[in-house]
Parts: sequence; structure tokens; C-alpha cells
Amino acid sequence: MSLSSVTIVGAGQAGFQVAASLRQGGFEGKISLIGDEPDLPYQRPPLSKAYMLGKIKRENLAFRPETFFQEQNIELIHDTAVEIDRQNRRVVLKNGEACDYEHLVLATGAHNRPLALPGEDLNGVFGIKTLADADALSPAVKTARNVVVIGAGFIGLEFAAIAVQSANVHVIDMGQRAMARAISQEMSEVFEDTHRECGVTFHFNQGVNRLVGNQGKVTGVEKADGETLEADLVVYGIGVIPNITLASEAGLHIENGIKVDSDLLTNDPQISAIGDVACFPCVHNEGQPTRIESVPNAMDQARAVAARLLGNPSPFTSVPWFWTDQGSLKLQIAGLSTGFDTTVTLGAPESRQFSVLCFRKGHFVAVEACNRPGDHLAGKKILARPPELTSTEASAEGFDLREWEKEHRG
Amino acid sequence: MPTITLIESNGTEHMLTGQNGQSIMQAALNAMIPGIQGDCGGACSCATCHAFVDENWVSVLPKMEDTESDMLDFASERQDNSRLTCQLTLDESMDGMVLRLPESQY
Repeated sequence: MSLSSVTIVGAGQAGFQVAASLRQGGFEGKISLIGDEPDLPYQRPPLSKAYMLGKIKRENLAFRPETFFQEQNIELIHDTAVEIDRQNRRVVLKNGEACDYEHLVLATGAHNRPLALPGEDLNGVFGIKTLADADALSPAVKTARNVVVIGAGFIGLEFAAIAVQSANVHVIDMGQRAMARAISQEMSEVFEDTHRECGVTFHFNQGVNRLVGNQGKVTGVEKADGETLEADLVVYGIGVIPNITLASEAGLHIENGIKVDSDLLTNDPQISAIGDVACFPCVHNEGQPTRIESVPNAMDQARAVAARLLGNPSPFTSVPWFWTDQGSLKLQIAGLSTGFDTTVTLGAPESRQFSVLCFRKGHFVAVEACNRPGDHLAGKKILARPPELTSTEASAEGFDLREWEKEHRG
Repeated sequence: MPTITLIESNGTEHMLTGQNGQSIMQAALNAMIPGIQGDCGGACSCATCHAFVDENWVSVLPKMEDTESDMLDFASERQDNSRLTCQLTLDESMDGMVLRLPESQY
């Protein structure tokens, strides 16, 4: 099987990586990469971290310089894909032109879940998803005095850690604790304590009624309990919604994202879907349909699809992993802790260098490593292949995850 | 613009010219050099940009921080001269440096 052309919709981490991996693997056909943002394809993780602090310059956010796309003959199309014409195998663009494909990769990503509250359109209210968002927010952070963050997830807390260096910061969340959907209670507590020490005030179990403003500019956030927090800057991070419209209108199966099989193929064998938008049977989640929002997942899936298109198919089995940097804390998570019932803590949480191992029905499913990168990598390797670590072994006095991994290395 | 040499595990040599201030990882990715992955984009979170620094050049490089060292413990085949190239920022003092790449980054 030799393909003559691959079209990719979505020029984020997943879409870009398919193009790069195809060329690296020797693909000589046509590659078209369609993205609806004006810039060169760029990294998103720094937007809420180093870029906001000015530690990474704009030009260094790009995955590759412009010359790379020319040299590698990757056609970069800055436009919006509006229709997939499966019959004629072409993607129709907003400007009326069309892009033919022999194989199509959908890497359309996700967009921020909107606040859907009165006052959400006031000036001074921001989400963080795109470079344009970050560029708009960055100057506002420098002058803000009272910041309210809605949503105590990764993005909201990464931003809170930066904003608190120069402003009062309140964080509101409907849940009971920080990053409740993603991490264990033990880990949440350490993150909350650390943010509080830096000056952040949390409001958990708390909804928001509305944003209040004056002359079009936000001045406060009214919580569900009626109290209004003063705010000249509001940032929200309350999850994302996969961008499925294009796929759904083309008749592709949708199930919490674009549904794909273990080869990352949709119900149309000429169309793959990867990254934040793809819902795939995950071997690290008991084979359940799973959608993962992370850079490593996007890259791993992109490489898997590129390998298949180059004639080397293999089911997608990579261990999912995630990271977040918040102030002095670096958290790395390997595996999916969904539904865990037992935890084993390694190291002292007070030291802020500790790890939480998560077990589900006796099976080791995830490791959360706080400022312990060795535990992260060791845990990731253990999750990738047998033998399986048991909670009994992990609970033994003096257990060391890194030593265990070294002893059981194949 | 310093020029360094990267040698793949199969012996293939690549001359790599990068810009001052750019990480060796980014310069290698830009040049499509096989063997450097850089999964986390340079955040010192994944240990997939591991390289062995030629012995004569080890002392030229800035000392590594604890995070890099901890990550390297679990990179494949760590040696005394192992470094993560996302943590090495190119400057003129590195002109002529030689790095060897491991067989695998995983």
C-alpha cells in the first residue's frame, strides 16, 4: 500500500506530529495540514505557564520554523475546514477551495467549555486555549489587582500560581477539592496548601451566579452563596468540549468525541482521528472508550497513525501521561486513575517530594509524582509491561518504586 | 551559530547548526534528526531527548539540576556523560561538540 496524499485537519500537537512523523518515516506523497489559526503550529502547554511569565518568547512556541514546512514540503493551509466530502474524498475549506485526500486525519482538538453565565462577555474575562487568548490575557495579568479564577483544574491553577505573584487571587470550583477529577485527595491537599501559602484563597463546593461589571468591564464575580468577590480579571478553565461538528456532519460515529478503533480508525477506513477529539478503546482503562486530553497522548497517537500509513500498523497501547507545573510543584501523572480504590503514598507529603500510587481492584493503574520525576518514569515503565506491581508489595516498609522497576526490568 | 555533531546509535553522523539560545533538542527537531523525540516540548518532563556528551565536552556544559538527573535515572542506558538536550542551551562554547544518541529514547 503506497499512499499518494494525506490531509490533516487540525494543526495542533497531534496534527502537526502526524505530518512530521510521516516525513521522518520517509513518506514522499503530498501532505496538507489545515489549521484555522494564523500562526505557525505551536505548543499550547506554555501558554498558561512559561509564556505567561515571559520566559518563552512567541517565536519559540512554534514547533518548527517556517523553513521546516518548506523544506519538508508540508503544505500549511491557514483556513477552516467546513465539510468532509467522503464520496469524493475531499475537505472543503471556508474560502470555497477543496483539498483532496487519499487518507484523512482528523485532529480537530477541543474548545473551552463556555461559562454560559450572565456577564461572560464583559471585558476582562478570559479563557486560555489559543495563542490569541494568551496574548490578550498576558498584559491584563500585569495590571490586575484582584483576580478570580473559575475552575480549580490544571489550567486554572497553573494560571493562579502565576497571577498570585502580583495580585490577589481567588479560585472558585464546584468540586470539593483541587483538580478533583484528575488526582487523589492526598495530592490535592498538598497542591491546595502550597497555593494557599502563596496567597491563593479557595472557594470549593461553590458555583457562580453571574459576573458583574461596570461600563462593559468586569468588576466582580457573584458566587452561588450570594457573596461577590471583587475582580478586575476573571480567568476560567472549566473543561473542554471536543470539536466534533465536522466529523458528525460527515456521518462519522460520535461517542464523547470521534469514535475510533484500536488502530485509531473511524468507521470510514479512509479517515483516522487522534488527539483530544478521539475516543478510543484504552487498554489502560479496561478497554473502555476513552478520550484523553494531553500532549503525550496526541504525540503518541500521531506517531501510531503515521506508522500505520507507512505500512507498520500496531494497536495503540501507549501509557497515558500528563504533567502540570504550578509554582514550585511539578506533578507528573502516568496511567489513568479512574475508579481507583486504594492508594499507597511514597515519601512525606509535607516534603512536597512524594508520590501517590493508585490501585483499582488490586491492579496498579496510576502514579502521581510530585517533584519526584524518577517515580514518574519508573511508574510509567511498570505500567507499560508485566510484571504487575501489587499494592501489598508497594505497602511494604521501605518500598522504593525506582528500585522495584530496576529489579523487575526485562 | 555553533555547529555540533550528533551521532545516531547506528553510526550516522549529522552536523547540526543551531542558534545561540536555542536548546539542542529544538535544533535537532528542526533538522529532523532521528533519535531525539522531545515529547514534552522541552519542559524536562519526559526524558526523550537523551544524549551522551563526548567526554571532552562534559565539563564545558552547565551542571545539571536535580530534576534532570532524576529523569535521567530512568532514561534508557544512562551513563556518566548522559544529558537531556532540552536542558542544554546552545552557545559559542559548544561549537564543535559531539553528542551520541541512545538506541532508543523509551
